[in-house]
Amino acid sequence: MKVKSPLEVYKFLPQTNCGECGYDTCMSFAAQIIDRSVKPTDCPPLVEKAKTDKKFEKKLNELIELTSPEVAEVVIGTGESAVKIGGEDVLHRHELTFFNPPPFFFDVWDTLDEAQIDERCKKVVEYRKFYVGDYITLEGIAVRCTSNDPEKFRSVAKKVSEYGKPMILISLNPECMRAALEEVADKKPLIYAATEDNWKDFLQLALEFNVPVTLRSKNLDTLKSMAKTFKDAGVKEIVLDPVTEPLGDGLRGTFERVVQLRRTGILGEDKDVAYPIMVTPIAAWLVEGDEVTKGYWEAVIAGTFIVKYADIMIFRNLEQYTVMPSVILRYNIYTDPRTPVQVEPGLREINSPGPEDPVFITTNFALTYYTVESDLSSNNIKGWLLVLDTEGLGVEVSVAGGQFTAAKVKDLIQQTGIEQKVNHKNLVIPGLAARLQGAIEDETGWSVFVGPMDSGRIKGWLEKNWPPESKE
Amino acid sequence: MANKFTLEEFFEKLKKYNVEELEGVRIEGDLEIEIEPGSGLDANVIQALAALAGYTQLIQEFGNFLYHTSMAFTYLQRLSNALGIQLPVGMAQPAVPAQQIQPAEILEKPRFEIPESLAPARFEPYKVEYPGVIEEVTLGATRADGGTRESVVTIGGERSLAFYNFDAQNPHTPVIAIDIFDRRPMLAKAVREHYEDVLDDPAEWARKAVKDFGADLVTLHLISTDPLLEDTPASEAVKVVEEVLQAVKVPLIIGGSGNKEKDPEVLEKAAEVAEGERVMLASATLDMDWERIGNAAKKHGHVILSWTQMDINNQKTLNRYLLKRVGIERDSLVMDPTTAALGYGLDYAFTNMERIRISGLRGDQDLNFPISSGTTNAWGARESWMIDSPIEGDTPWGPRELRGPIWEIITGMTLALAGVDLFMMMHPGAVAVVKDWMGMLSGAVKESIKDVDAWITMEV
Repeated sequence: MKVKSPLEVYKFLPQTNCGECGYDTCMSFAAQIIDRSVKPTDCPPLVEKAKTDKKFEKKLNELIELTSPEVAEVVIGTGESAVKIGGEDVLHRHELTFFNPPPFFFDVWDTLDEAQIDERCKKVVEYRKFYVGDYITLEGIAVRCTSNDPEKFRSVAKKVSEYGKPMILISLNPECMRAALEEVADKKPLIYAATEDNWKDFLQLALEFNVPVTLRSKNLDTLKSMAKTFKDAGVKEIVLDPVTEPLGDGLRGTFERVVQLRRTGILGEDKDVAYPIMVTPIAAWLVEGDEVTKGYWEAVIAGTFIVKYADIMIFRNLEQYTVMPSVILRYNIYTDPRTPVQVEPGLREINSPGPEDPVFITTNFALTYYTVESDLSSNNIKGWLLVLDTEGLGVEVSVAGGQFTAAKVKDLIQQTGIEQKVNHKNLVIPGLAARLQGAIEDETGWSVFVGPMDSGRIKGWLEKNWPPESKE
Repeated sequence: MANKFTLEEFFEKLKKYNVEELEGVRIEGDLEIEIEPGSGLDANVIQALAALAGYTQLIQEFGNFLYHTSMAFTYLQRLSNALGIQLPVGMAQPAVPAQQIQPAEILEKPRFEIPESLAPARFEPYKVEYPGVIEEVTLGATRADGGTRESVVTIGGERSLAFYNFDAQNPHTPVIAIDIFDRRPMLAKAVREHYEDVLDDPAEWARKAVKDFGADLVTLHLISTDPLLEDTPASEAVKVVEEVLQAVKVPLIIGGSGNKEKDPEVLEKAAEVAEGERVMLASATLDMDWERIGNAAKKHGHVILSWTQMDINNQKTLNRYLLKRVGIERDSLVMDPTTAALGYGLDYAFTNMERIRISGLRGDQDLNFPISSGTTNAWGARESWMIDSPIEGDTPWGPRELRGPIWEIITGMTLALAGVDLFMMMHPGAVAVVKDWMGMLSGAVKESIKDVDAWITMEV
C-alpha cells in the first residue's frame, strides 16, 4: 500500500461523514482502509458518484491504486474452496499483519494407482486439527505428471478435480498441460511451470485457458524477465518460483532468493517481482535418507519459508507429525498481531471433573488461557476452568485496567451455571489477581483462594491447599 | 438542451444529417456497451469499442446497445476521425464487414500475441543496511583468560537480520546449549529416554550432552534449591557446579529454580565457585533482586542473562538497570525475552524478538544484545508429548516420538529467524537438526543437490 496515513486517504473521500459505510466519520473509514479492513469501494457515495462524475471516477481509481496491496493477489480454484495468495504489504508482521496464509498443496502423481490417489486425496480433504476454537484444514492437491502421457495426465487431473479442492497441475511438458487444462481449466488450477525452455507454450496456455501460471527460474533476472513478458502479453495471475533447493548452499541460496524477491517487491517497489512466491518443501524428498528424515526435512524447509514469505507451498508428507507443526506455525505467523488473540469466555471442563473438584478462573487472552489449560490438563488436574472475558488481556493487565472485576466474575458464575455443577463454593483465582480476593468474596459469596503466580505451580499448590478447610 | 437521448438516437441523428465530420465538439459522459451473444461481432472489435469508449466518453445516457453494432462501428470510426482519435492498428479498416464474421469461432479461439523472445530485465536486489551492531559476548574462559575451559563461545556481532548474510556477513552462527538438572526433572518421554542413564548424575549428564549430542555449552539448572522441592541450601547446591565444571570443558550456563527469594542467593554462590570461568548466570528478572544477581556477575567476571516476559519495554528497562545501576559491561549481557512454544504464543515470542533485534540493529543501545531462547519450553505444548489428541474430531496425531522433537525444532527455527543467538534445548535429534539447518543458512555447508528439478517427475 502506497499510503501510510489516514490523512492521505481522507483527501480522496467525500468528507461528508454520512456514515453510509458503517463508520461515523470519513476519517475513521480512512483509518480502516489503512489497516485493510475495508476497501475504497466500501464507500457508497464515492462509488455512486464515480459512476456519473468523471472527477470522482478518477479519484476512486487513484485511491484503489494507492491502497492496493504491494504484492499482487492471485486466486486459485473456484467457489468456496478457492484460495487467495499474495496480497502482502509488509516484511515483518508487527508492521501491520500478514494477510493470506500460504495454502498447502499435497502431491499425487499420475502413475500412482487409483486407490493410492484416492487415499491421498481423502487425507487432504478430511484433515482436521482443532486449534484456537476452530478446525484447521488443508487447502489443495498438486497433480504431478510422471507418465509424460497427455491422456493419462488428463484423466488423473479430472479424477482429482472431483475432490473439489483447488489444484496445481505440474508438468513441464506443454502437451500434457494442455490435455489436463482441456479437462479442468474451469476449476481454475494453477499451472506449474513455465521455464526458460517452455515459456512460449505456457504463455499460450495461460492466455488461452485463462488460468494462473507459475514461472520457475533460479536466475532472478530470468524470472523477472518472464514475469514482465507474461504480464505484457496479458497474463494477470502470476506466481514466482525461485526454485527450492533443499540442502546446503542450495538452501542458503533459496533463502536469499525468496527474501530478495519479496523485499525488492515491497521496499524496492519493483512491480515486476511483486507476485506471490512459491516454495516447494517437497524438494526435500530428493535428499538421502528414510521417509522420516525426508519428512522432517520437508517440515524444516516449510517452517523456514512459512516465516519468510512463501505464499503457496507444495508438500509430500501427509504424516501428522509434520503436517501439524506446519499448519500451526502458519496459523501463528499469520495471526493478526494488532488484535490480541482471544478465546471464547465461558466454562471449560478439564479432565472430566466431578462436583468436588476445584473451580479456577483465568482470562480469555489466548496465551494465558492456553497456558493455564495445558498446565491443568497435562498435570492431570481435574477441574472447572472459568474463562473471563477480559477483552483479550492477560491477568496482570486486566486487573490493573479494570477488565477483570468482581462484578464480571459474578456474572460469569451465573451465566455458566457452575453453582449447579459443583458441591462447593470455592474459587481459585490467579496469584496475579490476589488483590481482588476480598471484592470477589463480597460480590459472589464464594470463598476465594489465591492460587500461585504461575499456573505451572498449580499442581504443587493444590497438594497443599485442596480441598480447602471450610471458611464457613 | 436538457434532452437525453440514447446512443442509438444519436447515431440516427448523425445519419439523418449525413454527418461525416464533427468539429469543435466535446462530449463528456460514460459509454457502456453490452453485446448480446451472437450479435455478430469480432472480439477484437469489442476491444476497440471499449478502448475508444475509454477516451471519448461519447454520450451521457447509454442504452442497451445491441443494435447494429457494426453500423455503430462505422460511426465510431467517423467520430474518432473527427475527434482526432486513432483507432487501434488494424481496426480502421476491417478486412471483412463485421456482419460476416463467424463470431462464435473467433471468440472461442482468440489468437494471442506470443512474443519472440523474453523481455529484457535485470533484477536489482534491494539493499538494507543498519547503522547499529549487536554486541559480541563471549562465554567461557580458557586458561589464558583465567579459566579452565578448552573452548569458548562467542555470540552476537550481527549487522544484519539472522542469516541475511547477503546484507552483511554475520560473524557467528548461533549456538546450542543442552539443559541438565541437579535432580530428576519432569521430562517428556521422548526426551527422557535419551538421558535415562544419567538423570541422577549431573556430571555424567553434562558429559553426555557434550560428547554424544554435540552441545556447544551446558546449562545447569539448580532446581533442587526450590523451597517447594528439596530446598537444597545454596552452598550445598553449588557443589554440583564444580562437578560439572570438572566433567566438561565447554562454557557453562547456571540457572536457579525460578524462586524469586532463593535464586539471588543461589546464583551468588554459583558465581563465587565459578570464579574465572565466565559462566552465564540465568537469570536476573525485574521481580527479583536483579541488583544482587547483577553484582555477583560483575564481581566474578561472569555474563548475566536479562530475562523479561515478552515485553520489549520491560526488556529495555531491565537492561538499562543492569547496565547503568549495576554497571554490567556491554559485552557481558545477554537477553531472554521469553520463549513460548509453537502453538502456545510462539507468534508473540517471535514478534517480540524480531522487534528487539530490529531495534538493536537500528541503533537502540538498550536492546543491541545477543538473544537467548529457552527452546525446551516447546515440550510444554501438549502436541509434543501427549499420546494423542484429547479433542474428538481431530485427525489422529501420530507417534509422539516423532511429534515432540519437531515441535522443538520448529520452535527453535522460528526464533532463530527472529534473531536468537543461543538456544537452550534438550532433544538430541532436535539439536542436530537445528544445528544442520543453521549451518546451511549461514553458508557453512557447501554441498547441494544437483538436479533440483527431479521432484517434478519423481515416481516415489
